[in-house]
Amino acid sequence: MSKMHVKMTVNGKEVEALAEPRMLLIHFLREELNVTGPHIGCETTHCGACTVDLNGKSVKACTVFVAQANGANVTTVEGLVNEDGTLGVLQEMFREHHGLQCGFCTPGMITRAHRLLQENPNPSEEEVRFGMSGNLCRCTGYQNIVKAILAAAAELNAAKEAAQ
Amino acid sequence: MTEATQTREDRATALKGLGTARKRVEDVRFTQGKGNYVDDIKLDGMLFGDFVRSPYAHAKVVSINADAARALPGVVAVLTAADLEPLGLHWMPTLAGDKQMVLADGKVLFQGQEVAFVIAEDRYIAADAVELVEVEYEELPVIVDPFKALDADAPVLREDIRDQMEGAHGPRRHNNHIFTWEQGDKAATEAVLAGADVVAEEMIYYHRTHPCPLETCGCVASMDKVNDKLTLYGTFQAPHAVRTVASLISGIAEHNIRVISPDIGGGFGNKVGVYPGYICSVVASIVTGKPVKWVEDRIENLTSTAFARDYWMKGKIAATKDGKITGLWCHTTADHGAFDACADPTKFPAGFMNICTGSYDIPTAYLSVDGVYTNKAPGGVAYRCSFRVTEAAYFIERMIEVLAIKLGMDAAELRRINFIRADQFPYQSALGWEYDSGNYHAAWEKAMKAVDYEGLRAEQAKRLEDFKAGKTRKLMGIGLTHFTEIVGAGPVKNCDILGLGMFDSCEIRIHPTGSAIARLGTISQGQGHATTFAQILASEIGIPADDITVEEGDTDTAPYGLGTYGSRSTPVAGAATAMAGRKIRAKAQMIAAYLLEVHDDDVEFDVDRFVVKGAPERFKTMKEIAFASYNQAIPGVEPGLEAVSYYDPPNMTYPFGAYVCVVDVDVDTGVTDIRQFYALDDCGTRINPMIIEGQVHGGLTEALAIAMGQEMAYDEIGNVKTATLMDFFWPSAWETPNYRTDWTTTPSPHHPIGAKGVGESPNVGGVPCFSNAVHDAFRPFGLTQTNMPHDHWRVWKVAHDLGLHG
Repeated sequence: MSKMHVKMTVNGKEVEALAEPRMLLIHFLREELNVTGPHIGCETTHCGACTVDLNGKSVKACTVFVAQANGANVTTVEGLVNEDGTLGVLQEMFREHHGLQCGFCTPGMITRAHRLLQENPNPSEEEVRFGMSGNLCRCTGYQNIVKAILAAAAELNAAKEAAQ
Repeated sequence: MTEATQTREDRATALKGLGTARKRVEDVRFTQGKGNYVDDIKLDGMLFGDFVRSPYAHAKVVSINADAARALPGVVAVLTAADLEPLGLHWMPTLAGDKQMVLADGKVLFQGQEVAFVIAEDRYIAADAVELVEVEYEELPVIVDPFKALDADAPVLREDIRDQMEGAHGPRRHNNHIFTWEQGDKAATEAVLAGADVVAEEMIYYHRTHPCPLETCGCVASMDKVNDKLTLYGTFQAPHAVRTVASLISGIAEHNIRVISPDIGGGFGNKVGVYPGYICSVVASIVTGKPVKWVEDRIENLTSTAFARDYWMKGKIAATKDGKITGLWCHTTADHGAFDACADPTKFPAGFMNICTGSYDIPTAYLSVDGVYTNKAPGGVAYRCSFRVTEAAYFIERMIEVLAIKLGMDAAELRRINFIRADQFPYQSALGWEYDSGNYHAAWEKAMKAVDYEGLRAEQAKRLEDFKAGKTRKLMGIGLTHFTEIVGAGPVKNCDILGLGMFDSCEIRIHPTGSAIARLGTISQGQGHATTFAQILASEIGIPADDITVEEGDTDTAPYGLGTYGSRSTPVAGAATAMAGRKIRAKAQMIAAYLLEVHDDDVEFDVDRFVVKGAPERFKTMKEIAFASYNQAIPGVEPGLEAVSYYDPPNMTYPFGAYVCVVDVDVDTGVTDIRQFYALDDCGTRINPMIIEGQVHGGLTEALAIAMGQEMAYDEIGNVKTATLMDFFWPSAWETPNYRTDWTTTPSPHHPIGAKGVGESPNVGGVPCFSNAVHDAFRPFGLTQTNMPHDHWRVWKVAHDLGLHG
């Protein structure tokens, strides 16, 4: 199958590659770019392990063709680390509140939570549970994930207030 | 703070040892997407494998034409059974003493069975080529009902063993029969049933389900033909056992095989077995000379690897009229699918189903299990449980409820009067186990008080009144469970898998500067071993957990062990860790005594150091001792500070717990709302309370899934109806309640640190608790037993059949 020229920004860096238009974004990220944070759990858009941020929206990269992402701005969990290499607030709160076990859903969870907190900086527990319902976890029972996201929201809001 | 000003408590706190809610060391890499899972592995020239699978549940394979597939650019090879036969690899032994087709040999026996293996340069070409393989089938009659499998005129499923009436577990009495397994005293139990005041009888079905970890199964096989070495990376819960099995199957010498389990994205039993994908990848790598990756997709995972449960448990329970249980009888029909690939210790073809007397002092009992072939996928793994303990717990906890109904008694009180008393431990059960420890009454009373059981019953009675008066359409159910597990397989004298004794191991090396590495025969799949095993060791040897690396999963470096499943890591490898630590400490004592110029017996261990007895100001820290072991010539003591322990446990451990669930049931929609869930777990000594709580939350959520909707359903011609996450219920954050956790601590008397294992308890206890809650809501209307999963439709149907829709 003939390949197309693909250009996009991934975690702030411009990347270019040749890819079959039918290639899924998740395979492009993982296999062409070695961005292996986002995972593959179902390939049918149900589990959310492959969640990335695409032009400011949470998408499941297992059902987006790379052709559809041409020219896009993509952020994955790798892009949520602080500039000095320390963990970002959400990442730190997931660790602090034991919001992960096997770690396989975690990149998708954190990337989705990042967007959720952009959309709603001060969510209730119910809003977190609803907003995260496209991301499945088999290990934690979600209780500590919810706790971690609420704690991250509080910390981000406190930092924002302090800055003002 | 200097060493001189530190208190003893400060020094103990700094270790982050037993009992500390230590943050997990694994999380730094996982939270930034730097885990290393099997599908992240990328080797030079790596090829991709993909399967052609059967669309039929039972059919003759008339022909396979792979010419078009082979002609597709980028396809390297297509393997069929005919290609594997000369190598003797078209069939493989199963963990249960049966054999299984690697690729279809003349027929297929379940939908999704592996028929051909395509190897191509990338995964897209492999998938294209799978579509180009033409397979001609001739359909055969399908059996999905295990009872019909034993009809006299039932079609023979396993032609390969037709009329071979001696199986791996004794005689077979029908071509579709696998084994009969009996425990306990049949005649005595039947006599008790015949003379009892009350006998309650019920068929308890625990439906077919699937562990379904978020990461599916997969591997990368890499044959290095220059050095004659095979490296096999994979999602293996038992890497050493995989190495031995790979050697026995392939004929490659075991020292030339290196098995590596990288980070694993959840296991829950799914990743214990050996699957055709592994064999085909190894063969493909040998044939092509290149690394070959094979990773299941979700449909393949659900339809072909490692189902769980599918036990039809017919029960009879006898009691006096005031509720003292006198006998228990159980006959189980176990649907094992097309090949008996259950992952159980060799002597236990139905696992530890004989723990089915549960938490109760039942003097007489009898259990028999018939294993049966059907046209379903093989597997039968212990899904988040220790070898069929979930089935056993569900059976007895339902039978208790059924008996309570028959007696007209409160189910909490019925449990209370039948619990094994604390003074009866160690307790010999009627079905052959010696329970090591327990204090069931204490746990039960704590649970009843915590939830205000009397208050809940009063509220429920009021609700029922309102329902009858037409004021509400919601019923309230109170689910109770007291479970007893049997985990930590196990003593080598009665537990082995394929002849490999189920011990486990730990090797410790202390470095000159006082830090350490510990390697174990187990492998974490999310349990946090790198965090908790370091804590065990910190308390044993006085080196801070933060200075101890824990490494697992590489058979070239880790000592031999049987892996992680059945809650065996803490009971067995955790014990090995403590014992290896004690060897380190014994040698450290000799070194300390030499350095302090006193006799060995004149020094004693104190948190992180050895002190001279009666003179605590004279001491040597473990850090000083570690350095001395490398730089001093000590008479009679070898240099270095290392130890290894292979631990064969004297007994299993018996964690237990008391759970209460409160549910509201809308009789018109069948929608259930879990209002409250209280889980008290007793896992003996608690290593890391944060991790225990996380395990309980997760296990309860899998229990919620199983009890309330998750199933592997088949239609009458063997089509899998729940092959994607669209149909296979996996609760999201939206459907999952918050849980309240609690504990009591009854240490195991035989485990070096008294720990028992906890990862599976909430799944074992959670399923009956959710199910009992739903049943309890309908008890006033005459419901005794209805099958799980209690999804909205089934709950609506129960209400409808009970006449609640007017």
